Amino acid sequence: MLTEEMRASIKKVEATRQSRIGADLRMMTADEKSQLLKEYHPDYKDNGFETLSVGPNKGSKVPTELRHLLEGKSRILGENIDLSNIAYDVDVLVIGGGGAGASAAIEAHNAGAKTMIVTKLRIGDANTMMAEGGIQAADKPNDSPATHYLDALGGGHFCNVPELLKKLVCDAPIAIKWLNDLGVMFDKEEDGTMVTTHGGGTSRKRMHACKDYSGAEIMRVLRDEVWNLGIDVVDYTSAIELIKDTDGKVAGAVLLNMETNEILVAKAKTVVIATGGAGRLHYQGFPTSNHYGATADGLVLGYRAGAELLFADTIQYHPTGVAYPSQIFGALVTEKVRSIGALLVNVDGEAFMNPLETRDVTASSIIRECSTRGKGVPTPGGGFGVWLDTPMIEMIHGEGTIEKRIPAMLRMYLQYGIDMRKEPILVYPTLHYQNGGLKIGANGMTDVENLFVAGEAVGGIHGRNRLMGNSLLDIIVFGRNAGQNAAAAAKETTVGELTLSHVDSFQKELDDSGIVSDCVSPKLLPDYTRKVN
Amino acid sequence: MEQMVNIYIMGKKYSVPSSLTIMTATEYAGYKYVRGCGCRNGFCGACATIYRVKGQFDIKTGLACQTQVEEGMYIASLPFFPTKKAEYDINEVKPTEQVMMSLYPEIYSCIGCNACTKACPQSLNVMQYIAYAQRGEFEKCAEESFDCVACGICTSRCPAGITHPQVAVLARRLNGKYIAPETQHLNDRVEEIIKGEHEELIEKVMQKPIEELKELYNNRVKE
Repeated sequence: MLTEEMRASIKKVEATRQSRIGADLRMMTADEKSQLLKEYHPDYKDNGFETLSVGPNKGSKVPTELRHLLEGKSRILGENIDLSNIAYDVDVLVIGGGGAGASAAIEAHNAGAKTMIVTKLRIGDANTMMAEGGIQAADKPNDSPATHYLDALGGGHFCNVPELLKKLVCDAPIAIKWLNDLGVMFDKEEDGTMVTTHGGGTSRKRMHACKDYSGAEIMRVLRDEVWNLGIDVVDYTSAIELIKDTDGKVAGAVLLNMETNEILVAKAKTVVIATGGAGRLHYQGFPTSNHYGATADGLVLGYRAGAELLFADTIQYHPTGVAYPSQIFGALVTEKVRSIGALLVNVDGEAFMNPLETRDVTASSIIRECSTRGKGVPTPGGGFGVWLDTPMIEMIHGEGTIEKRIPAMLRMYLQYGIDMRKEPILVYPTLHYQNGGLKIGANGMTDVENLFVAGEAVGGIHGRNRLMGNSLLDIIVFGRNAGQNAAAAAKETTVGELTLSHVDSFQKELDDSGIVSDCVSPKLLPDYTRKVN
Repeated sequence: MEQMVNIYIMGKKYSVPSSLTIMTATEYAGYKYVRGCGCRNGFCGACATIYRVKGQFDIKTGLACQTQVEEGMYIASLPFFPTKKAEYDINEVKPTEQVMMSLYPEIYSCIGCNACTKACPQSLNVMQYIAYAQRGEFEKCAEESFDCVACGICTSRCPAGITHPQVAVLARRLNGKYIAPETQHLNDRVEEIIKGEHEELIEKVMQKPIEELKELYNNRVKE
């Protein structure tokens, strides 16, 4: 049920619609963008961040909620864990069951390593499953990895780690080929040419998609392959601490059965952290598009074990989260909706920006429209939103385009009586992606020996802002890479005596710094009980 | 004051705000999910739910994260249902009718009751895609099943014991790998990269000073 104000505003949007078709909206200059980000992007809000007092990143700022977890108490403090009672003994232990974890496990298995996945939920209950828009790869004749490199570097504010970004873009076509050969159904023309579109910040059309189920299609194929290969998947089991050996190498993890609370020891020659993002920490009170388990567990585990974080102070707010209706508040409206022609329009029916600016710029621009400019559309929850003028898509590309190209979006809104083919939808930025994470080298390993990281838990690939379609890409490229290298390292590794002394040392550091915390970490799951959320 | 409705979670009555979904209403009532909650956005299929509204005879289904509560809902969640997953080597199977006969022969026992289609929270024509699979029409099966989230409600309702989502995954993979046309430009680019033909160009970009890169970026032409 749209409010009266919304209906009145829609009239204005309809009145300007025809004139906006084919309109050439200019891109912002570099100066305009940097000014906009400084004034409106949540990353620049000082009160959302606190400084770390201990650990490898001592002295640097991270989101307040993350600091509480990084400097929180271990779940095993005071527990008497018998490290000789080994429940699982494998070569490669993969923590996390999303796209990165599955890719790593497949490659580790194929390299001959005895591989196991542990996951807090089920394999596939992950952000990968929800990535709708697509996956970038420079595989068209007018494109090249070097062009892809420049797009991602500029989008990331020129601070992406060069060796990681190079790997991302050069391995991109190989990743698409790998997925295609596993049976992923990419959108293709009849002659086999990939259907590709632009995303925010791309200079060539290199976004490959599987309708708007891109991540879901990739994830269900990877999951099927993991099952076909007979890789052990232990679900509803979280890793709550890494285990090292007396030489300081990572050598397994302490696991918690989420249903029985049983604590189990997994011994491994190498470990891959593929635990994903942090949306469920709700930084600065934002809603999130992330899955239920996105609580930055891997960052906490890695940090306690001595791994460094990179760009942990930068978060991606997806410009178009659902602002209305409340039942799906914060859910993702894929960037593809803008890729195929919908403009962002304010309460007066004015298109206020080119919709294909990078995500951080677009999100900031929407926040400006809804705050100082006073051009937002009020929602019943007390917030604001701007219109994403979806009926334009069918005016540009013809009737039936929405059902064909973005069926998931259409279905989601129809559940609540909103037909996006006929009326625009209300959006506002939502907490979407952790740009930063654990620092790795090109082989996927952290500075802590035998600790590998892949996927959203990695920092550095995307610099300070990730482009659409580079995340599905990175989970495949760096997931496979971590799996291959973790399997190779496992062959060379002899595990010494197991120990958890690093957990005690970290606690001592906290004590010495005078930090008293009642926060227990990793968080594992958000607390929504008895709340309206 | 928010309007409240009465719902029955596993038969037990709770009063919850009417604007909530089954998932958020369950949390509001005091539950904490471990199982039965995944992406919370309608894609992962973890929150399959079966319900009946008081006074009505028909069984309804939905994803808990995508379905709004209503007065008198009797809710059972179905976080797990035993399914059959046939293991196969994607490089060995071929897109022929025999594949289904050997891996999922039970699909030929379909009695045409259409309970699967009626139960699908994604409104897919499940029985139809199984019919396509029976006939080896994998492309059609793949298209018809494309929006499947594998929640498994269809499977729970099937008198023939068919695991529909697994049949659909096999059909889609066969389609993606063997039936969909080859992509020449992709194969060409992969070959170029493996031969190292892009190495020099990208190294050249990487070695430029940051100011020059900014200049390049800000003046690049969009095609």
